[in-house]
Amino acid sequence: MDLSFNDDQKQLQDALAKFIERDYGFDRRRAHQLAAEGFSREAWTQFADMGLLALPFAEADGGLGGGAAEMLVVMTAIGNGLIVEPYLATVVLAGGAIARAGNAAQRQELLGAIAGGRLIAAVAFEEPGARYDLAQVATTATKNAGGYVISGNKAVVLHGAQADRLVVSARTAGAAGDAKGISLFVIERGAPGMAVRDYRTIDGLRAADIAFDGVRVPAANRLGNGEFEEGGAFAVIDAVADAGAAALCAEAVGVMESLNRQTLEYMKGRQQFGQPIGAFQVLQHRAVDMFIHAEQSKSMAYLAAIKAPVVDRADATSAKERRRAVSAAKVHIGNSGRVIAQEAIQLHGGMGMTNELAASHYAKRLTMIDFVLGDSAHHLARFEAA
Amino acid sequence: MDVDYSAEALAFRDEVCAFLRDNLPGDLRRKVIEHRHLKREDYMRWQDILAARGWLAGHWPKEFGGQGWNHVQAHIFDDETSVAGAPRVVPFGINMVAPVIMAFGTPRQKEVYLTGIRTNKHWWCQGYSEPGAGSDLASLKTRAELSGDGTHYVINGQKTWTTMAHWADMMFCLVRTASDGRKQEGISFLLIDMKTPGITVRPFLTLDEDHSLNDVFFDNVRVPVENRVGEEGKGWTYAKFLLGFERTVVAGLGGSKRELATLKRIAATEMRNGRPLAEDPRFAAKLALAEIELMALDMTVMRVLSSRSKSPGPEASILKIKGTVLQQTLTELMMEAAGPYALPFVPEAQDSLADGVGPAHAAQLAATYFNWRKVSIFGGSNEIQKNIIAKAVLGL
Ligand SMILES: Cc1cc2nc3c(=O)[nH]c(=O)nc-3n(C[C@H](O)[C@H](O)[C@H](O)COP(=O)(O)OP(=O)(O)OC[C@H]3O[C@@H](n4cnc5c(N)ncnc54)[C@H](O)[C@@H]3O)c2cc1C
Repeated sequence: MDLSFNDDQKQLQDALAKFIERDYGFDRRRAHQLAAEGFSREAWTQFADMGLLALPFAEADGGLGGGAAEMLVVMTAIGNGLIVEPYLATVVLAGGAIARAGNAAQRQELLGAIAGGRLIAAVAFEEPGARYDLAQVATTATKNAGGYVISGNKAVVLHGAQADRLVVSARTAGAAGDAKGISLFVIERGAPGMAVRDYRTIDGLRAADIAFDGVRVPAANRLGNGEFEEGGAFAVIDAVADAGAAALCAEAVGVMESLNRQTLEYMKGRQQFGQPIGAFQVLQHRAVDMFIHAEQSKSMAYLAAIKAPVVDRADATSAKERRRAVSAAKVHIGNSGRVIAQEAIQLHGGMGMTNELAASHYAKRLTMIDFVLGDSAHHLARFEAA
Repeated sequence: MDVDYSAEALAFRDEVCAFLRDNLPGDLRRKVIEHRHLKREDYMRWQDILAARGWLAGHWPKEFGGQGWNHVQAHIFDDETSVAGAPRVVPFGINMVAPVIMAFGTPRQKEVYLTGIRTNKHWWCQGYSEPGAGSDLASLKTRAELSGDGTHYVINGQKTWTTMAHWADMMFCLVRTASDGRKQEGISFLLIDMKTPGITVRPFLTLDEDHSLNDVFFDNVRVPVENRVGEEGKGWTYAKFLLGFERTVVAGLGGSKRELATLKRIAATEMRNGRPLAEDPRFAAKLALAEIELMALDMTVMRVLSSRSKSPGPEASILKIKGTVLQQTLTELMMEAAGPYALPFVPEAQDSLADGVGPAHAAQLAATYFNWRKVSIFGGSNEIQKNIIAKAVLGL
């Protein structure tokens, strides 16, 4: 057992902290968020230069072979800086799906492009009304000469409109709800028959609802074509979603730490009744509870990161153990995140309600992380069933 | 003991419901039910309808042009209008400054301002808080000095968090007229015309990107001395008298009844594992607990009503705490019920009846959740309410 970071990992941590301090202040972040694409290509290039976009992939696929510790470092920093670039969508989710389900040619081409910062990608797993159940796939992939025709609807696809390629789950057999019969397809942006509604999310990111109406894709665009059977992608989807949830847990911890720091600073500075509000014992205990929530959340984020790697590994734990760990972490962090966000706003008083204050944006992100890849209620049920 | 309404009260309720059926505009109702933002003209339209019926100020005594409703009638009115999805009556005039003017105002103030409020001619805002004076309101610094000829106060300073100041015709304002002695002394209560030269209203957005809040700056603003309510230096007494009314309004019981119904409707349409969310035992339990909280609050309000003296006492603090926490719980459960569709943020759908993304009921739920964090902060934060109960009720 070793739950500490080695020197390389600490260096990465420092480099990211410096990047945020120098290049990713709150005003800069806001400018990125309000840009046409909702993020900054320049920052993305910096991420590529720092090796972040290659981090989790195997060296054979052009990656750096990073593991749980590296992902914890990066995702926590993304939370610390409230970074809006599509790292989760591109690297963790789409990259993870391609690394796990792709054939050699697909891994080579797509992961190389992701690692180099040349490709923005996203996954379209969730469907309207499916409520976090990723086996609820009504989208169909019907075979025709040379390929498939895809029809169906995908909901709240993170960075769906900004992605050059989408990894889409669609059914080649079975009925919505069946784990069997689902395959993954790579679909290019702007493919004929695709309608995209792009929108902002309340926590400062971008997402899209996407309708596929008879979109034609060549057989070569099925992930794993020639290597893996059609219809067997659910295990990959489940593992990728778990890696994504684990990444979100680490991001949440970064948000918590930053938000707690901002709240403490405010409590020390804000004077009412002739003293800092931090002198009121009733508020001190609230701050202590927030601190304990963050510490416990960090522990759970570590567990989730260790049990749910982005790419498959020889020493991977069983799917059951992975599910238990990730769902436990997601429940814990969903609840702690909501509490910390509420308390941070409350302790800031009216200031916590304003759009000008960084803390309120941290509070929004922290709250809404629970709505991505399964909320606490979803994962509580999944934990019990695992 | 009897928890049922009298036949008279029931007849009144029927009258209110019939009125709402005939007069509540459908578009306003939809905006309220779907948590869209109301504009000034939306509030005005509804308040004009109420004023025409004589019900905008129904709970006022007859001598001031009200209907002289008793507490039970006022409660029924508030409940039924809220449940039906009517816009809330903007409280600053009707519920907040009016009782102060009735109790402490001059005959001219009563004539001019109570009439203006009752007939929906004057929109009021509340100028209490300042950047350095929130919970510690008595430390407010905005200065009012008598002009050389003694006819005017000259105001300099800043108010903040002033809700709807950009729509207001009048502000009731706490100013410092003396700075020696206890800080509670030396505060005066002024009625200020927002068109007076030297007033600047600067808007800012809340975290849901709504504009309801403003800073208000005063630069040598001249206010006639006859616009002072009561005695100079006694403003704190009037201010506290008013805050009791604010806290009962802020409990928002009727609104919570409406929101509970909305929550149930959403939970009946949203699905989980192929069944309505309302049938999911875990969600059903959360919903039931919220409903039980609502019942308890309802009964506590009834108890307060059946014993209430003229101005609400420390029990108002209980209503404020429990009422606001319940409102926040309901926004939280609605947001949870929306699932992933809580995430989209479509400003046009917030400010109009335009379509958002996903089911219509989902569009505003996260924004409402975040906006509703305010209710445990304003009107005296819930921490301050607990301090009041600890001191005034428990004697700690
Ligand atoms: C949406 C909104 C609308 C508003 N509208 C108006 C308006 O129209 N007019 C107006 O005048 N004001 C308005 N306010 C201001 C509101 O009344 C103040 O925000 C409130 O009084 C709290 O003051 P503050 O924001 O300065 O917070 P602070 O007083 O700085 O409080 C910060 C935190 O410290 C806590 N705290 C402070 N003192 C103590 C203590 N002694 N013991 C324990 N905890 C303590 C508070 O509870 C809070 O959690 C509005 C505020 C909001 C958010």
